[in-house]
Amino acid sequence: MALNSKIPEGPIKDKWTDYKNHINLVNPANKRHIDVIVVGTGLAGGSAAATLAELGYNVKAFAYQDSPRRAHSIAAQGGINAAKNYMGDGDSTYRLFYDTVKGGDYRSREANVYRLAEVSANIIDQCVAQGVPFARDYGGLLDNRSFGGVLVSRTFYAKGQTGQQLLLGAYSAMNRQIARGKIEMFNRHEMLDVVKVNGKARGIIARNLITGEIERHSAHAVVIATGGYGNVYYLSTNAMGSNATAAWKIHKKGAFFANPCFTQIHPTCIPRSGDYQSKLTLMSESLRNDGRIWVPKHIEDAKSLQQRKMKPTDIPEENRDYFLERRYPAFGNLVPRDVASRAAKERCDAGFGVNATGEAVYLDFAAAIERYGKTQAKIQNLENPSKEKIYDLGRAIVEEKYGNLFQMYEKIVDEDPYKTPMMIYPATHYTMGGIWVDYNLMTTVNGLYCIGEANFSEHGANRLGASALMQGLADGYFVLPYTIGDYLSNEIRTGKIPTNTPEFDEAENDVKERLNFFINNKGEHSVDYYHKKLGKIMWDKVGMSRNAQGLISAMAEIKELREDFWKNVKVPGKLDEMNPELEKAGRVADFLELGELFAKDALMRNESCGGHFREESVELDGEQKGEAKRNDKEYAFVAAWEYKGEPSAAVLHKEELEFKDIELKQRSYK
Amino acid sequence: MTNNQQLKYMNLTLKIWRQEDSKAKGRMVDYKVTEISEHMSFLEMMDVLNEQLVNKGEDPVAFDHDCREGICGMCSMYINGEAHGPDRGVTTCQLHMRMFKDGDTITIEPFRATAFPVIKDLVVDRSSFERIQQAGGYISVNTSGNTQDANSIPISKHAADEAMDAAMCIGCGACVASCKNSSAMLFVGAKVSQYALLPQGQVEAADRVRNMVAQMDLEGFGNCTNTGACEIECPKGISLENIARMNRELMKASI
Repeated sequence: MALNSKIPEGPIKDKWTDYKNHINLVNPANKRHIDVIVVGTGLAGGSAAATLAELGYNVKAFAYQDSPRRAHSIAAQGGINAAKNYMGDGDSTYRLFYDTVKGGDYRSREANVYRLAEVSANIIDQCVAQGVPFARDYGGLLDNRSFGGVLVSRTFYAKGQTGQQLLLGAYSAMNRQIARGKIEMFNRHEMLDVVKVNGKARGIIARNLITGEIERHSAHAVVIATGGYGNVYYLSTNAMGSNATAAWKIHKKGAFFANPCFTQIHPTCIPRSGDYQSKLTLMSESLRNDGRIWVPKHIEDAKSLQQRKMKPTDIPEENRDYFLERRYPAFGNLVPRDVASRAAKERCDAGFGVNATGEAVYLDFAAAIERYGKTQAKIQNLENPSKEKIYDLGRAIVEEKYGNLFQMYEKIVDEDPYKTPMMIYPATHYTMGGIWVDYNLMTTVNGLYCIGEANFSEHGANRLGASALMQGLADGYFVLPYTIGDYLSNEIRTGKIPTNTPEFDEAENDVKERLNFFINNKGEHSVDYYHKKLGKIMWDKVGMSRNAQGLISAMAEIKELREDFWKNVKVPGKLDEMNPELEKAGRVADFLELGELFAKDALMRNESCGGHFREESVELDGEQKGEAKRNDKEYAFVAAWEYKGEPSAAVLHKEELEFKDIELKQRSYK
Repeated sequence: MTNNQQLKYMNLTLKIWRQEDSKAKGRMVDYKVTEISEHMSFLEMMDVLNEQLVNKGEDPVAFDHDCREGICGMCSMYINGEAHGPDRGVTTCQLHMRMFKDGDTITIEPFRATAFPVIKDLVVDRSSFERIQQAGGYISVNTSGNTQDANSIPISKHAADEAMDAAMCIGCGACVASCKNSSAMLFVGAKVSQYALLPQGQVEAADRVRNMVAQMDLEGFGNCTNTGACEIECPKGISLENIARMNRELMKASI
């Protein structure tokens, strides 16, 4: 099967407008007879469900949480990008497009990214109209901040809770439609399979997580908006329940999975504290606006820090290595996430880590506190202010900007980050890879769509900060509602899809068989036992730095672990009750397959790009010595994998990437 | 992770509410956990207990949780007589074991209220909150993108910040669980306030407050008697002022 990305003809800036002018529409009276299923209610799913319902379609929305408002988009901290140019610093649609393609290390599809940049400004208008309380300046206008990898300020924010406020906006739009009966909401439900009839997605099998009942739901189209697969690493910044089951199920039913190895390891997370650790907590990228990242210059100092014989404040300025400022003078501490993460790992691997495990670097606000303090002293006309006074003044400013993040850090680590520098280390955060979709956001299965983090389309090999929220809402509010209409215009004569057909029987039986297996297996080890083992293989061999040998052995180890899981997993309880262990078992079973495909993809891509770093592919000399080396000649394509029974047997399909509007260049932040 | 001291470990007795399903009769059951690190979060301590139970072939304790960073609002434990436990300004998932000491007995119950029936063990049904939001917790604007420019209506920084403070509510229900009347007024007041403080919320303000309060009463939440426990236990520091503002809005709406 040849991949057809269905990118419209014409100049890039006209594609989306022309496309919208020429698609087929569904008349309002007919929309009433068309059903759409939306799985997942984060920014992408929530905004899609609300908009489709508002257009007149009958929407059935599904969430595993007890409310759509709890989807993990809620945890996004820093902000959302939009090319509004409110700051007058030269921003434009083209610049946002360019930054996103460059930030993604030239592995995304130009037409999709341009469309994203084009609709970004509308998102802000929409959210303000919904009552999202973005930060404002004293003149009452919207405020912006800067994020990594760009040279303008285009990030809109609501304190450190931007994701929460945007999701509550989409949730309120959903509530309006739930009240009108246009969205039927299924909370505490998990999709366990998709149902295909004559090659088209026609419904899903879902489990009611309270009663355990297996339900059939039919529709004329199915939209998957279930987020990323970062929990394949066990430890990540994702929510405990975040999973890849919906995405993996549709992959097994014919949807290609693209670029699974493109995963973002976020540089500023709170380091692990012990083996019991259940998740990792992100500290917003906005902290890198003011925090300086360093480790000791001398290995003896690092050793003393590791053994707690010394405090960071004991190390004088000249013995500190601000390694991002040293290596990347142009962008300094605001280099993109992949670059910052690798640089931190490089220092820690060389023995310069600053905590007991040797896996932490400092994020230090002392300089910012002093700088702000001095400015404040000037503003207040203080002559010869004391050191203490400057500290107090500066601290107040830092508190206003990042107070909630500092408090969060202190609650977890039990140290005052105003006095002692924060300790941070990279952690899995976001997955750029995902289900392959065309320009219409349709997968390789007819009538099956995939939006938000769950698809692969916009971020290439590395996502820039504050772009995930933008993509989720763009897909749900402004892109899918058009593209799905074009498809549904052919469904107006179809009529209700019955669920008493052999296709539904078969899908339901498969689901039940698997659940029965888990309950009856009575093995030796808990689900978490396997999940933790998988996470360790992934982190050690398919983590921030990868090589062929490690990847080959990861594939074999994951396969072996999977086989053991299917023999020895132990799931307590019953089928027909609330059973969180049973839910986890299904999710981990899918991660155990996805992980192997992930490693296979990483092995195939023998180049370094974005979040994917192959030790075999680095610059050997010149100014860029030691930096990641991309190979456009051989790898400027999207790797879309077709399921063939075993992850190792997956077949590669290539979508060649064409760069007509942006010149392919080495990404330099020096 | 602290730089100077040795890690502290503790052995604890847990008294946990067990209830098979919404119809079953519940009871308190005692469990022991050992070698709990002070750096664990409370839910990681619960993970240790559940791993023990699973390995023994017993039914693990069901509890709601998801983001484990204090923002999704899923976690909802009533610990030693307080919603989200003894620390302030945190959800259960942000509570750390350093708040407890070796040998402690910890009582763990679900959030209790008529409008929050127990589903299983520590999991409660908060769909009453959903129905209150559906009654009017939104601004009726189409998601078409054809709205006016975001900067066309300036909003004073003060009003925007105050609206944001109200909008920080995570909908966990700690306010209800802490209230002797099981009142949901802090929750409803926060949502009403967010919109009441913004120009976009004015058009539907009267209907909104009337409908949301009516739904709140219908769900069986109690009234407010100004005790203020909700404000103290709220993990997001939502202020009682929001209840006062809701009452003013309701008054305005009825004139």
